[in-house]
Amino acid sequence: MATEFKLPELGENIASGDLVRLMIKPGASIAEGQPVMELETDKAVIEVPSSIGGVVLEIKVKEGQKVKVGEVIFTIEGGAAAPADEPRKHEPVEHMSGQQGARLAFQLAMRAEGKTEEQALPPDRPQAASVAFSMPVQLGKVAGTDRDPIPAAPHVRRLAREIGVNIRSVVGSGPGGRISEDDVKQYAKSALMQAAAAAQTPRGIFVEPELPDFAKWGKTERVSMRGVRRKTAEHLRQAWNTIPHVTQQDRADITELEQLRAKFAPRAEEAGGKMTVTTIALKVCASALKVFPQFNASIDMGKEEIIYKQYINIGVAVDTDRGLLVPVIRDVDKKNIVELAAEMTQLSKKARDRKLTPEEMEGGTFTITNLGGIGGTGFSPIVNHPEVAILGLSRSRMEPEWVNNKFEPRLILPLSLSYDHRLIDGADAARFLRWIAEAFEQPFLLSVQG
Amino acid sequence: MANTSNLRVAVIGGGPGGYAAAFLAADLGMKVTLIDPEANPGGVCLYRGCIPSKALLHVAKLLEEAEQAKNWGIEFGEPKVDLNKLREWKASIVKKLTGGLGQLSKQRSVTFVSGRAAFVNATTLKVTKTAAGGEETLTFDRIVIATGSRPTVVPSLKLDSPRLMDSTGALDLPDIPKTLLVIGGGYIGLELGSVYATLGTKVTVVEMLSGLLPGADRDLVLPLHKRLEKLFSAILLNTTVKSLKDEKTGIRVTLDGPNVKEKEQVFDRVLMSVGRRPNSEIPGLDKTKVKVNAKGFIEINEQRQTAEPTVYAIGDVAGEPMLAHKAMHEGRCAVEAIAGHKVAFEPNAIPAVVFTDPEIAWAGLTETQAKEQGREITVAKFPWAASGRAITLDRPEGLTKLLIDPKTERVLGVGIVGLGAGELIAEGVLAIEMCALAADVGMTIHPHPTLSETMMEAAEIFYGQATDIYRPKK
Repeated sequence: MATEFKLPELGENIASGDLVRLMIKPGASIAEGQPVMELETDKAVIEVPSSIGGVVLEIKVKEGQKVKVGEVIFTIEGGAAAPADEPRKHEPVEHMSGQQGARLAFQLAMRAEGKTEEQALPPDRPQAASVAFSMPVQLGKVAGTDRDPIPAAPHVRRLAREIGVNIRSVVGSGPGGRISEDDVKQYAKSALMQAAAAAQTPRGIFVEPELPDFAKWGKTERVSMRGVRRKTAEHLRQAWNTIPHVTQQDRADITELEQLRAKFAPRAEEAGGKMTVTTIALKVCASALKVFPQFNASIDMGKEEIIYKQYINIGVAVDTDRGLLVPVIRDVDKKNIVELAAEMTQLSKKARDRKLTPEEMEGGTFTITNLGGIGGTGFSPIVNHPEVAILGLSRSRMEPEWVNNKFEPRLILPLSLSYDHRLIDGADAARFLRWIAEAFEQPFLLSVQG
Repeated sequence: MANTSNLRVAVIGGGPGGYAAAFLAADLGMKVTLIDPEANPGGVCLYRGCIPSKALLHVAKLLEEAEQAKNWGIEFGEPKVDLNKLREWKASIVKKLTGGLGQLSKQRSVTFVSGRAAFVNATTLKVTKTAAGGEETLTFDRIVIATGSRPTVVPSLKLDSPRLMDSTGALDLPDIPKTLLVIGGGYIGLELGSVYATLGTKVTVVEMLSGLLPGADRDLVLPLHKRLEKLFSAILLNTTVKSLKDEKTGIRVTLDGPNVKEKEQVFDRVLMSVGRRPNSEIPGLDKTKVKVNAKGFIEINEQRQTAEPTVYAIGDVAGEPMLAHKAMHEGRCAVEAIAGHKVAFEPNAIPAVVFTDPEIAWAGLTETQAKEQGREITVAKFPWAASGRAITLDRPEGLTKLLIDPKTERVLGVGIVGLGAGELIAEGVLAIEMCALAADVGMTIHPHPTLSETMMEAAEIFYGQATDIYRPKK
């Protein structure tokens, strides 16, 4: 008997991925836990380990193909499916044994009577058309149609019809997908709310404008938008459509800080990290978020509530050859700069090596994006929804500053803070960014207030 | 909603579908006229179908049990059959029930017209009165066609002889013939064949297909087949009737099949039960937009409305399965649609019952259909040999099975063979209609000791944990 290996759950909201590389071949012997393929999901390439062991019989997927959670990847000879694949409390084999038991008993009885099963239970032949005696049958379908029955009790189906809900679009919350009266009402309510919202804010539904025929003006090439690019496009469009953005600009004098950074950099290197402006910005922002909790929050418009997070997880945008990835560093406020530097270095490497797991990119409360390595004097970053603010860093450069009645060369870091104006007022944003700038200028502030 | 209380509604046909429709329409305040050739509502079901056949089958079962009682130490002696009295008893049941329907019509102010209707146009009927005589032209807002069906006659086997009966003739019980040939191994042939066999007739059943009761799962048919093999003198499968010839001593029948020993045999009587056909040849129907399909069924939508907006059709004339309970449900659905309620005929299961001994009943998906559809199911079977109640009845040959979706664990179909299967199936229909999971059926307390427990235990078998049966894990 062959056992199937199905693509297991990979993480929240991940339903499928592109198969980048297969690491097994038919006939190969694999062990439980052995990685069998690389899958590119929306934000990461993941190695998928096998939950079963044995000799690979057949591979059902090809490289480059899209694979869904639950889809059969390959089969192995013998072996038993891992319980992780079958979350049900009883194993399918168990059902079979019941059925087979009955069948076996039947076969034995037949043998005792000297008949084969074929003779005893001749297979049904299609009925001849002429003198067809048609037994009343209900084909396991809704009467008079070829549709499967709907998992809803008769009164629920009637309710749906009465209020104009197509019950086939309702997802049942009950066991086995059973649709309850509440499911129908909830569906109707959300449909009405969506319709109302769409009527009020036309921006809510975004209609892609039609594209001209570019080939008129020259040769073009169409490339499918896969993985990271597609996800980025969808996510940013949603963020842009949802959040009323404002960007606040400021500058921080980091002359002293730069001296400190150079002085302590070897310590970070010892710990395997690199002490960069970004690393220090992590620490500064963690402190600022403590002082200004509304920047460490989300908005629930549906319930008209603000969600304040009691943890500080900061995402850092990393530029990779596949596009923008945002690994998240957890509990930034509880780590020192050396630790943050080490972790940042590690995560950046993982991002570039396509080894980030989806979990390592989830749960952020604030984001930092540093384009200083490339250049620029300032930009408007887009808030990483459902967060409410993002800090952009540009290239720091020596500038003449009017200090003590004369110009002095100072190292100036440009700061750009984009924020969700629904939650954050302009004055608060200005105060928040000023606090950050001052913390860069006087790191002692971190110990005093942060 | 439109005011429906003034609607004038005609229902053509007083069978279960027709009177159910008429009564609900009256209850909803419509002005209702029910048209049927008989003196009272009832239709085929009450006059010459379900009801009289069940009366006779009750007698057949009694005779069989009396015979079986010898095994339990009880002897009654040879039964004497008073055919006149039996017919009277049967007629009294029919009279009582149809008379009751006539009463119910009066109480509801339904105008019952004993006559035959013809369409003048989409809203007008011309009724030729059966008893009173004369014609009447009536105009309505809506018309519900519920004209039902009649037994099929095979054209090549047409014979003008009182010895050749259809189900109606057989239910009249003209005599107890020495020999009877039943053409067609469907439920009507087997039910009526059983009645005659227990009354003492030597019954031969001919079925052109490879098994009795085509459409039913084979494992359900098997116990019945075994019992009928003993009750009948012969069951000839894969066999066709080539010709019928009326002779002085009986009907000479030419048979063609692999197990036919004598090609030509003479039978006292022949019962032709090869199916039923819809009564859609209503005079004047062509003056409306109503469409009739190739099989003779009137085409309808989910609300049972025909292509002519003022005309609805329900029951046998409107499509398979041709069953009284389906017609009744459709009748109510059509009337609600007329009343402007948002309804549709969309049952998840329509039960089918064969009232033989043992009875066979099923609802929803069958194993055969699941196979045809390539649908993955798990079948949980509980053999009645493990049921205490079945043993006390000395009838352990029954079987209860559930067809379960292995992913959702939802009950998709139920099949039962055994004593009282027709009563037991109702729970299965409810389970399917309410989208019950196998766990719901298994966790519902069933009374002990009853045959209904087999439903619960079949559900427990799905989980490998039935009390009265041990299926060791492999």
